[in-house]
Amino acid sequence: MNSSLAQAVLAGDRLALARLLSRVENDTAEGRAALDELFPLTGRAHLIGVTGAPGTGKSSLVNQLAVFFRQQGQKVAIIAVDPSSPFTGGAVLGDRVRMKDLQGDAGVFIRSMASRGSLGGLATATAQMAQVFDAAGFEIVIIETVGAGQSEVDIARLAHTTLVVEAPGLGDDIQAIKAGILEIADILVINKADRPGVESTERALKSMLELAHPVQRIFLHHGQMMTLAGEEPTAGLWIPPICKTVAPDGSGLPELVQAIEKHADYLRQSGDWIRRDRARLEAEFDLLLQETLVAQFRAHLTESRLQSAIASIHSRQASPREVLAKLLEEMPR
Amino acid sequence: MTERKIRVLVAKPGLDGHDRGAKVVARALRDAGMEVIYTGLRQTPEMIAEAALQEDVDAVGLSILSGAHMALVPRVLELLKANGQQGVKVFLGGIIPDEDLPRLKEIGVTGVYGPGASTDDIVADIRASIPLVA
Repeated sequence: MNSSLAQAVLAGDRLALARLLSRVENDTAEGRAALDELFPLTGRAHLIGVTGAPGTGKSSLVNQLAVFFRQQGQKVAIIAVDPSSPFTGGAVLGDRVRMKDLQGDAGVFIRSMASRGSLGGLATATAQMAQVFDAAGFEIVIIETVGAGQSEVDIARLAHTTLVVEAPGLGDDIQAIKAGILEIADILVINKADRPGVESTERALKSMLELAHPVQRIFLHHGQMMTLAGEEPTAGLWIPPICKTVAPDGSGLPELVQAIEKHADYLRQSGDWIRRDRARLEAEFDLLLQETLVAQFRAHLTESRLQSAIASIHSRQASPREVLAKLLEEMPR
Repeated sequence: MTERKIRVLVAKPGLDGHDRGAKVVARALRDAGMEVIYTGLRQTPEMIAEAALQEDVDAVGLSILSGAHMALVPRVLELLKANGQQGVKVFLGGIIPDEDLPRLKEIGVTGVYGPGASTDDIVADIRASIPLVA
Protein backbone atom coordinates (compact mmCIF):
# COMPACT_ATOMS: atom_id res chain seq x y z
CA MET A 1 0.00 0.00 0.00
CA ASN A 2 1.38 3.37 -0.99
CA SER A 3 0.56 6.16 1.38
CA SER A 4 0.35 9.50 -0.33
CA LEU A 5 1.55 11.14 2.88
CA ALA A 6 4.81 9.18 2.85
CA GLN A 7 5.30 9.97 -0.84
CA ALA A 8 4.72 13.68 -0.24
CA VAL A 9 7.25 13.61 2.62
CA LEU A 10 9.83 11.99 0.35
CA ALA A 11 9.12 14.67 -2.26
CA GLY A 12 10.10 17.29 0.31
CA ASP A 13 6.64 18.59 1.25
CA ARG A 14 7.12 20.19 4.69
CA LEU A 15 3.42 20.35 5.55
CA ALA A 16 3.09 16.65 4.77
CA LEU A 17 6.11 16.00 7.01
CA ALA A 18 4.53 17.97 9.86
CA ARG A 19 1.25 16.11 9.45
CA LEU A 20 2.91 12.72 9.28
CA LEU A 21 4.79 13.50 12.50
CA SER A 22 1.41 14.16 14.17
CA ARG A 23 -0.06 10.91 12.83
CA VAL A 24 2.97 9.02 14.13
CA GLU A 25 2.86 10.80 17.48
CA ASN A 26 -0.84 9.91 17.82
CA ASP A 27 -0.17 6.34 16.64
CA THR A 28 -2.89 6.39 13.99
CA ALA A 29 -3.37 3.70 11.34
CA GLU A 30 -2.28 6.16 8.66
CA GLY A 31 0.88 6.96 10.62
CA ARG A 32 1.71 3.28 11.05
CA ALA A 33 1.25 2.55 7.36
CA ALA A 34 3.49 5.46 6.38
CA LEU A 35 6.16 4.31 8.86
CA ASP A 36 6.12 0.83 7.33
CA GLU A 37 6.58 2.37 3.92
CA LEU A 38 9.41 4.65 5.02
CA PHE A 39 11.25 2.08 7.11
CA PRO A 40 13.59 0.79 4.36
CA LEU A 41 14.91 4.35 3.98
CA THR A 42 15.91 4.70 7.63
CA GLY A 43 19.25 3.97 9.22
CA ARG A 44 21.21 6.73 7.51
CA ALA A 45 20.96 9.70 9.90
CA HIS A 46 23.29 10.41 12.79
CA LEU A 47 21.07 10.54 15.88
CA ILE A 48 22.49 12.86 18.52
CA GLY A 49 20.92 12.89 21.97
CA VAL A 50 21.21 15.92 24.26
CA THR A 51 20.27 15.42 27.89
CA GLY A 52 20.97 16.98 31.27
CA ALA A 53 19.30 18.68 34.21
CA PRO A 54 16.75 21.46 33.64
CA GLY A 55 18.40 24.84 33.10
CA THR A 56 21.79 23.57 32.00
CA GLY A 57 21.24 25.15 28.59
CA LYS A 58 20.32 22.16 26.45
CA SER A 59 18.07 24.10 24.07
CA SER A 60 20.59 26.90 23.52
CA LEU A 61 23.27 24.33 22.88
CA VAL A 62 21.07 22.46 20.40
CA ASN A 63 20.46 25.78 18.63
CA GLN A 64 24.21 26.37 18.26
CA LEU A 65 24.92 22.79 17.22
CA ALA A 66 22.29 23.03 14.50
CA VAL A 67 23.77 26.31 13.26
CA PHE A 68 27.16 24.60 13.04
CA PHE A 69 25.88 21.54 11.17
CA ARG A 70 24.02 23.83 8.78
CA GLN A 71 27.25 25.64 7.94
CA GLN A 72 28.59 22.25 6.88
CA GLY A 73 25.59 21.90 4.58
CA GLN A 74 23.87 19.10 6.46
CA LYS A 75 20.09 19.01 6.92
CA VAL A 76 19.17 19.10 10.59
CA ALA A 77 16.01 17.93 12.35
CA ILE A 78 15.41 18.67 16.00
CA ILE A 79 12.99 16.82 18.27
CA ALA A 80 12.62 18.74 21.53
CA VAL A 81 10.81 16.88 24.29
CA ASP A 82 9.29 18.69 27.27
CA PRO A 83 7.21 17.19 30.08
CA SER A 84 3.43 16.78 30.07
CA SER A 85 1.54 17.64 33.24
CA PRO A 86 0.79 14.46 35.20
CA PHE A 87 -2.51 16.02 36.28
CA THR A 88 -4.04 17.54 33.16
CA GLY A 89 -1.98 15.98 30.37
CA GLY A 90 -1.31 19.47 29.05
CA ALA A 91 2.14 20.88 28.37
CA VAL A 92 3.99 24.07 27.64
CA LEU A 93 6.70 23.31 25.12
CA GLY A 94 9.18 26.15 25.30
CA ASP A 95 12.34 24.90 23.63
CA ARG A 96 11.75 26.89 20.45
CA VAL A 97 12.29 30.11 22.42
CA ARG A 98 16.04 29.35 22.41
CA MET A 99 16.18 28.27 18.78
CA LYS A 100 15.48 31.54 16.99
CA ASP A 101 18.71 31.42 14.96
CA LEU A 102 17.30 28.51 12.99
CA GLN A 103 14.16 30.16 11.73
CA GLY A 104 13.76 30.82 8.05
CA ASP A 105 16.16 28.03 7.12
CA ALA A 106 14.56 25.34 4.96
CA GLY A 107 17.33 22.91 5.93
CA VAL A 108 16.13 22.83 9.53
CA PHE A 109 12.95 21.33 10.94
CA ILE A 110 12.14 21.75 14.63
CA ARG A 111 9.40 19.72 16.26
CA SER A 112 8.36 20.09 19.91
CA MET A 113 6.98 17.03 21.62
CA ALA A 114 5.26 16.49 24.95
CA SER A 115 6.36 13.44 26.95
CA ARG A 116 2.71 12.32 27.37
CA GLY A 117 3.26 10.31 30.52
CA SER A 118 6.41 8.53 29.40
CA LEU A 119 9.03 8.52 32.14
CA GLY A 120 12.41 7.83 30.54
CA GLY A 121 13.04 11.40 29.34
CA LEU A 122 11.52 10.84 25.90
CA ALA A 123 7.99 10.28 24.62
CA THR A 124 6.78 6.89 23.40
CA ALA A 125 6.81 7.96 19.77
CA THR A 126 10.15 9.83 19.78
CA ALA A 127 12.00 6.95 18.13
CA GLN A 128 9.39 6.69 15.38
CA MET A 129 9.49 10.43 14.77
CA ALA A 130 13.27 10.21 14.44
CA GLN A 131 12.73 7.48 11.84
CA VAL A 132 10.47 9.78 9.84
CA PHE A 133 13.14 12.52 9.80
CA ASP A 134 15.78 9.93 8.93
CA ALA A 135 13.77 8.66 5.96
CA ALA A 136 12.97 12.23 4.89
CA GLY A 137 16.69 12.80 4.33
CA PHE A 138 17.78 14.74 7.41
CA GLU A 139 21.43 13.77 7.96
CA ILE A 140 21.51 14.97 11.55
CA VAL A 141 18.65 14.33 13.99
CA ILE A 142 19.15 16.04 17.34
CA ILE A 143 16.93 14.79 20.14
CA GLU A 144 16.65 16.95 23.22
CA THR A 145 15.23 15.13 26.24
CA VAL A 146 13.12 16.60 29.01
CA GLY A 147 15.20 18.17 31.76
CA ALA A 148 16.60 14.95 33.15
CA GLY A 149 17.41 13.91 36.68
CA GLN A 150 19.35 10.77 37.36
CA SER A 151 17.51 7.99 35.62
CA GLU A 152 16.14 9.38 32.36
CA VAL A 153 18.46 7.28 30.28
CA ASP A 154 16.23 6.16 27.36
CA ILE A 155 18.11 8.53 25.10
CA ALA A 156 21.20 6.30 25.23
CA ARG A 157 19.14 3.51 23.69
CA LEU A 158 17.94 5.73 20.85
CA ALA A 159 20.88 7.97 19.96
CA HIS A 160 24.19 7.08 18.34
CA THR A 161 25.94 9.82 20.31
CA THR A 162 24.68 11.03 23.67
CA LEU A 163 25.72 14.42 25.04
CA VAL A 164 25.19 14.93 28.77
CA VAL A 165 25.08 18.63 29.55
CA GLU A 166 26.22 19.89 32.93
CA ALA A 167 26.59 23.39 34.26
CA PRO A 168 28.89 24.71 37.00
CA GLY A 169 27.57 24.58 40.54
CA LEU A 170 25.17 21.68 40.25
CA GLY A 171 26.82 19.05 42.41
CA ASP A 172 29.99 17.70 43.89
CA ASP A 173 32.11 14.66 43.14
CA ILE A 174 29.67 12.33 44.88
CA GLN A 175 27.02 13.24 42.30
CA ALA A 176 29.59 12.45 39.67
CA ILE A 177 30.22 8.87 40.80
CA LYS A 178 26.55 7.94 41.10
CA ALA A 179 25.15 5.64 38.47
CA GLY A 180 22.75 6.89 35.86
CA ILE A 181 22.86 9.84 33.60
CA LEU A 182 26.61 10.55 33.63
CA GLU A 183 27.25 6.92 32.74
CA ILE A 184 25.40 7.21 29.45
CA ALA A 185 27.48 10.14 28.22
CA ASP A 186 29.50 9.66 25.06
CA ILE A 187 30.50 13.29 25.40
CA LEU A 188 30.30 15.40 28.56
CA VAL A 189 29.52 19.05 28.03
CA ILE A 190 30.08 21.71 30.67
CA ASN A 191 27.87 24.48 29.38
CA LYS A 192 27.83 28.01 30.83
CA ALA A 193 31.59 27.61 31.10
CA ASP A 194 31.98 31.36 31.66
CA ARG A 195 30.40 30.96 35.10
CA PRO A 196 32.34 30.58 38.34
CA GLY A 197 32.88 27.02 39.54
CA VAL A 198 33.69 25.59 36.14
CA GLU A 199 37.08 24.28 37.35
CA SER A 200 35.60 22.25 40.19
CA THR A 201 32.88 20.82 37.92
CA GLU A 202 35.55 19.82 35.44
CA ARG A 203 37.66 18.30 38.19
CA ALA A 204 34.71 16.27 39.51
CA LEU A 205 33.85 14.95 36.06
CA LYS A 206 37.48 14.15 35.29
CA SER A 207 37.91 12.19 38.49
CA MET A 208 34.70 10.35 37.70
CA LEU A 209 36.12 9.35 34.33
CA GLU A 210 39.39 8.24 35.88
CA LEU A 211 37.60 6.11 38.45
CA ALA A 212 35.44 4.49 35.83
CA HIS A 213 36.36 1.09 34.53
CA PRO A 214 36.44 1.32 30.80
CA VAL A 215 33.36 -0.47 29.54
CA GLN A 216 31.93 -0.83 26.10
CA ARG A 217 28.50 0.72 26.28
CA ILE A 218 26.51 -0.88 23.55
CA PHE A 219 24.05 -3.60 24.21
CA LEU A 220 20.88 -2.08 25.49
CA HIS A 221 18.39 -4.81 25.80
CA HIS A 222 15.27 -5.35 27.88
CA GLY A 223 15.73 -2.00 29.55
CA GLN A 224 19.15 -2.89 30.81
CA MET A 225 22.50 -1.68 29.72
CA MET A 226 24.59 -4.74 29.18
CA THR A 227 28.26 -4.04 29.24
CA LEU A 228 31.15 -5.99 27.88
CA ALA A 229 34.49 -5.86 29.62
CA GLY A 230 36.94 -3.88 27.58
CA GLU A 231 39.16 -6.43 25.94
CA GLU A 232 39.27 -5.20 22.40
CA PRO A 233 42.88 -4.32 21.74
CA THR A 234 42.33 -3.19 18.16
CA ALA A 235 39.43 -0.78 18.42
CA GLY A 236 40.24 0.70 21.80
CA LEU A 237 37.52 2.06 24.02
CA TRP A 238 35.84 5.40 23.84
CA ILE A 239 36.69 7.65 26.75
CA PRO A 240 34.09 10.43 26.93
CA PRO A 241 35.79 13.77 26.31
CA ILE A 242 34.81 16.84 28.32
CA CYS A 243 33.87 19.87 26.23
CA LYS A 244 33.41 23.33 27.69
CA THR A 245 30.91 25.57 25.93
CA VAL A 246 29.18 28.92 26.27
CA ALA A 247 26.08 28.42 24.15
CA PRO A 248 24.99 32.06 23.60
CA ASP A 249 28.26 33.15 21.98
CA GLY A 250 29.13 29.78 20.47
CA SER A 251 32.49 29.37 22.16
CA GLY A 252 33.65 25.79 22.44
CA LEU A 253 31.22 24.74 19.71
CA PRO A 254 33.84 23.86 17.05
CA GLU A 255 35.53 21.54 19.56
CA LEU A 256 32.20 19.99 20.51
CA VAL A 257 31.22 19.33 16.90
CA GLN A 258 34.67 17.84 16.34
CA ALA A 259 34.15 15.51 19.31
CA ILE A 260 30.75 14.45 17.92
CA GLU A 261 32.29 13.67 14.54
CA LYS A 262 35.14 11.80 16.19
CA HIS A 263 32.61 9.72 18.12
CA ALA A 264 30.74 8.89 14.91
CA ASP A 265 34.04 7.76 13.35
CA TYR A 266 34.78 5.67 16.41
CA LEU A 267 31.35 4.02 16.24
CA ARG A 268 31.79 3.17 12.59
CA GLN A 269 35.33 1.85 12.93
CA SER A 270 34.71 -0.21 16.04
CA GLY A 271 31.52 -1.74 14.68
CA ASP A 272 29.49 -0.19 17.51
CA TRP A 273 27.38 1.76 15.03
CA ILE A 274 25.99 -1.47 13.61
CA ARG A 275 25.70 -3.10 17.02
CA ARG A 276 23.84 -0.14 18.51
CA ASP A 277 21.53 -0.02 15.50
CA ARG A 278 20.74 -3.70 15.87
CA ALA A 279 20.24 -3.45 19.63
CA ARG A 280 17.88 -0.53 19.15
CA LEU A 281 15.80 -2.31 16.54
CA GLU A 282 15.71 -5.43 18.69
CA ALA A 283 14.44 -3.46 21.68
CA GLU A 284 11.85 -1.77 19.46
CA PHE A 285 10.71 -5.11 18.08
CA ASP A 286 10.51 -6.51 21.57
CA LEU A 287 8.26 -3.68 22.71
CA LEU A 288 6.04 -4.11 19.67
CA LEU A 289 5.80 -7.84 20.34
CA GLN A 290 4.72 -7.24 23.91
CA GLU A 291 2.11 -4.65 22.92
CA THR A 292 0.71 -6.88 20.19
CA LEU A 293 0.53 -10.02 22.32
CA VAL A 294 -1.15 -8.17 25.17
CA ALA A 295 -3.67 -6.67 22.74
CA GLN A 296 -4.40 -10.11 21.24
CA PHE A 297 -4.79 -11.66 24.66
CA ARG A 298 -7.17 -8.94 25.80
CA ALA A 299 -9.18 -9.23 22.59
CA HIS A 300 -10.02 -12.85 23.41
CA LEU A 301 -10.77 -12.22 27.05
CA THR A 302 -14.25 -11.10 28.04
CA GLU A 303 -14.55 -8.47 30.72
CA SER A 304 -16.58 -10.84 32.95
CA ARG A 305 -13.97 -13.61 32.67
CA LEU A 306 -11.25 -11.09 33.53
CA GLN A 307 -13.20 -9.87 36.55
CA SER A 308 -13.82 -13.41 37.84
CA ALA A 309 -10.11 -14.16 37.41
CA ILE A 310 -9.14 -11.04 39.37
CA ALA A 311 -11.72 -11.98 42.03
CA SER A 312 -10.16 -15.40 42.52
CA ILE A 313 -6.77 -13.75 42.96
CA HIS A 314 -8.21 -11.18 45.34
CA SER A 315 -9.83 -13.88 47.51
CA ARG A 316 -6.47 -15.67 47.60
CA GLN A 317 -7.92 -18.81 45.95
CA ALA A 318 -5.16 -18.85 43.37
CA SER A 319 -1.95 -16.95 42.75
CA PRO A 320 -1.73 -14.47 39.86
CA ARG A 321 0.61 -16.85 38.04
CA GLU A 322 -1.80 -19.81 38.39
CA VAL A 323 -4.72 -17.72 37.18
CA LEU A 324 -2.75 -16.52 34.18
CA ALA A 325 -1.76 -20.09 33.28
CA LYS A 326 -5.44 -21.04 33.35
CA LEU A 327 -6.47 -18.10 31.18
CA LEU A 328 -3.78 -18.95 28.66
CA GLU A 329 -5.09 -22.53 28.48
CA GLU A 330 -8.54 -21.18 27.67
CA MET A 331 -7.23 -19.14 24.73
CA PRO A 332 -8.20 -20.37 21.26
CA ARG A 333 -5.20 -21.62 19.34
CA MET B 1 -4.12 4.68 20.76
CA THR B 2 -2.97 7.89 22.39
CA GLU B 3 -5.66 10.49 22.86
CA ARG B 4 -5.47 13.28 20.34
CA LYS B 5 -4.24 16.49 21.92
CA ILE B 6 -5.11 19.99 20.82
CA ARG B 7 -1.86 21.76 19.88
CA VAL B 8 -1.71 25.54 20.10
CA LEU B 9 1.10 27.90 19.16
CA VAL B 10 1.28 30.94 21.43
CA ALA B 11 3.34 33.74 19.94
CA LYS B 12 4.05 37.42 20.40
CA PRO B 13 4.58 39.13 17.09
CA GLY B 14 5.94 42.65 16.89
CA LEU B 15 8.13 44.68 19.13
CA ASP B 16 6.39 45.16 22.47
CA GLY B 17 8.01 43.23 25.29
CA HIS B 18 5.02 42.50 27.49
CA ASP B 19 4.54 38.74 27.47
CA ARG B 20 2.73 38.28 30.76
CA GLY B 21 -0.65 37.89 29.07
CA ALA B 22 0.71 35.34 26.62
CA LYS B 23 2.22 33.36 29.48
CA VAL B 24 -1.03 33.42 31.48
CA VAL B 25 -2.93 32.11 28.48
CA ALA B 26 -0.26 29.47 27.75
CA ARG B 27 -0.53 28.25 31.33
CA ALA B 28 -4.35 28.19 31.20
CA LEU B 29 -4.33 26.14 28.00
CA ARG B 30 -1.83 23.76 29.56
CA ASP B 31 -4.12 23.34 32.55
CA ALA B 32 -6.95 22.60 30.15
CA GLY B 33 -4.93 19.65 28.83
CA MET B 34 -3.66 21.23 25.63
CA GLU B 35 -0.11 21.13 24.29
CA VAL B 36 1.13 24.68 23.98
CA ILE B 37 4.15 25.57 21.89
CA TYR B 38 5.48 28.82 23.28
CA THR B 39 7.77 30.79 21.00
CA GLY B 40 8.53 33.90 23.02
CA LEU B 41 8.92 37.55 22.15
CA ARG B 42 9.55 39.50 18.95
CA GLN B 43 8.37 37.01 16.38
CA THR B 44 7.85 38.04 12.79
CA PRO B 45 4.75 36.75 10.98
CA GLU B 46 7.11 34.59 8.90
CA MET B 47 8.58 32.99 12.03
CA ILE B 48 5.10 32.35 13.42
CA ALA B 49 3.82 30.73 10.22
CA GLU B 50 6.92 28.56 9.98
CA ALA B 51 6.59 27.38 13.59
CA ALA B 52 2.86 26.70 13.07
CA LEU B 53 3.73 24.54 10.09
CA GLN B 54 6.53 22.55 11.71
CA GLU B 55 4.47 21.96 14.83
CA ASP B 56 1.29 21.07 12.89
CA VAL B 57 -0.84 23.08 15.32
CA ASP B 58 -4.61 23.30 15.42
CA ALA B 59 -4.65 26.93 16.56
CA VAL B 60 -2.42 29.98 16.82
CA GLY B 61 -2.80 32.48 19.67
CA LEU B 62 -1.29 35.90 19.03
CA SER B 63 -0.69 38.47 21.75
CA ILE B 64 -0.26 42.05 20.55
CA LEU B 65 -0.16 45.10 22.77
CA SER B 66 1.66 47.46 20.45
CA GLY B 67 -1.26 48.54 18.27
CA ALA B 68 0.26 46.91 15.21
CA HIS B 69 -2.37 44.18 15.01
CA MET B 70 -3.96 45.44 11.79
CA ALA B 71 -0.60 45.00 10.07
CA LEU B 72 0.58 41.80 11.77
CA VAL B 73 -2.56 39.67 11.95
CA PRO B 74 -3.52 39.80 8.24
CA ARG B 75 0.06 38.89 7.36
CA VAL B 76 0.05 35.85 9.66
CA LEU B 77 -3.26 34.67 8.17
CA GLU B 78 -1.93 35.18 4.65
CA LEU B 79 1.20 33.13 5.37
CA LEU B 80 -0.73 30.31 7.05
CA LYS B 81 -2.92 30.11 3.97
CA ALA B 82 0.09 30.16 1.64
CA ASN B 83 1.49 27.20 3.56
CA GLY B 84 -1.72 25.22 3.17
CA GLN B 85 -2.75 25.78 6.78
CA GLN B 86 -5.98 27.69 6.13
CA GLY B 87 -7.70 25.35 8.61
CA VAL B 88 -5.65 26.64 11.55
CA LYS B 89 -7.77 28.83 13.86
CA VAL B 90 -6.29 32.18 14.84
CA PHE B 91 -7.03 33.83 18.19
CA LEU B 92 -5.91 37.29 19.21
CA GLY B 93 -5.35 38.82 22.61
CA GLY B 94 -4.20 42.27 23.68
CA ILE B 95 -5.31 45.86 23.37
CA ILE B 96 -7.62 45.74 20.36
CA PRO B 97 -10.00 48.69 19.73
CA ASP B 98 -13.62 47.73 19.13
CA GLU B 99 -13.70 49.37 15.70
CA ASP B 100 -11.11 46.87 14.44
CA LEU B 101 -13.17 43.82 15.42
CA PRO B 102 -15.39 43.57 12.31
CA ARG B 103 -12.38 43.71 9.99
CA LEU B 104 -10.47 41.12 12.03
CA LYS B 105 -13.43 38.72 11.96
CA GLU B 106 -13.80 39.33 8.26
CA ILE B 107 -10.24 38.25 7.47
CA GLY B 108 -10.72 35.08 9.51
CA VAL B 109 -9.76 35.69 13.15
CA THR B 110 -11.79 33.25 15.26
CA GLY B 111 -11.71 35.07 18.61
CA VAL B 112 -10.45 38.37 20.07
CA TYR B 113 -9.82 38.88 23.79
CA GLY B 114 -9.04 42.10 25.64
CA PRO B 115 -8.07 42.88 29.23
CA GLY B 116 -10.27 41.05 31.73
CA ALA B 117 -11.21 38.25 29.37
CA SER B 118 -11.67 34.95 31.18
CA THR B 119 -9.24 32.17 30.36
CA ASP B 120 -12.17 29.73 30.70
CA ASP B 121 -13.84 31.45 27.76
CA ILE B 122 -10.65 31.25 25.69
CA VAL B 123 -10.31 27.53 26.45
CA ALA B 124 -13.98 26.90 25.60
CA ASP B 125 -13.75 28.87 22.34
CA ILE B 126 -10.63 27.01 21.22
CA ARG B 127 -12.22 23.66 22.02
CA ALA B 128 -15.41 24.58 20.20
CA SER B 129 -13.54 25.69 17.09
CA ILE B 130 -11.49 22.54 16.62
CA PRO B 131 -13.05 19.32 15.31
CA LEU B 132 -12.30 16.41 17.62
CA VAL B 133 -11.48 13.98 14.85
CA ALA B 134 -8.35 14.82 12.91
